[in-house]
Amino acid sequence: MSALAVVALAALGGVGAVARHLTVFEVAERSGGRFPLGTLAVNLAGSLVVGVLLGAGVTGATLTLLAGGLLGSYTTFSAWMADSDGLAREHRPQAAVVNIFVSLFAGLATIILGRALGGLF
Amino acid sequence: MSASPANSTPRSADPLALPAQVRRGGAELWLAIAFGGALGTLARFGLAEALPASGADWHWATLIANVIGAAALGVILVRLPNPASGPSRLRAFLATGICGGLTTFSTMQRELLSMIDGGHGALALSYAAVSIVAGLVAVLVAVRLAARGEGER
Repeated sequence: MSALAVVALAALGGVGAVARHLTVFEVAERSGGRFPLGTLAVNLAGSLVVGVLLGAGVTGATLTLLAGGLLGSYTTFSAWMADSDGLAREHRPQAAVVNIFVSLFAGLATIILGRALGGLF
Repeated sequence: MSASPANSTPRSADPLALPAQVRRGGAELWLAIAFGGALGTLARFGLAEALPASGADWHWATLIANVIGAAALGVILVRLPNPASGPSRLRAFLATGICGGLTTFSTMQRELLSMIDGGHGALALSYAAVSIVAGLVAVLVAVRLAARGEGER
């Protein structure tokens, strides 16, 4: 990987993280926060866009930078797990299980949907 | 966000008690998050370079990045609660930045999709299951150990 690609990757990772912070904040603000919808929102939105990139035939360095750098950072696994643990420790095990399975399967559904949408371009 | 990382430990301040402006943060908080996100992303790519895998393979790099990031986040959430005055820049740098940038949901989904496309449904199922179980165990153990260490201080 060239030096320029490393710099671009770092920059896109930084942008993705700030965008995630702001999205989670806005979603929590609107949803009232009983359920960790902010993390779910970034994860589904990010998976959808990765799907669109794949469907649109984006490959190579562009795909690495956007899907791996920007959207890889925009989406998060750690908060998904910590949110689920948080729900369980609030004595809401059903909500924790829902958070785990809905995220997993809706994520798969959105990346497949995104790929179909991307194929239309 | 009662279930968010920001409030998943008893010592955390209730984030909703603060004005939206404070919780959203400003340039300084975002810079800390961007810096952490850049470092986390580079670390994730470093792992991917060290442990390369093609489309339908088992992706150790993503799995390891995700599990380490989940464990680290568990420790940070317990040890660095947000002060009542607003979000902590150090916590934002470490948790939202580094852990968020290091771990990824979309890449995991892309890998699962490649496995399914390749006809390796059982591999996809076990990859998802191992990722989730290892991630949850990592958070649980990290939170418990960090809370125990906290009590001893």
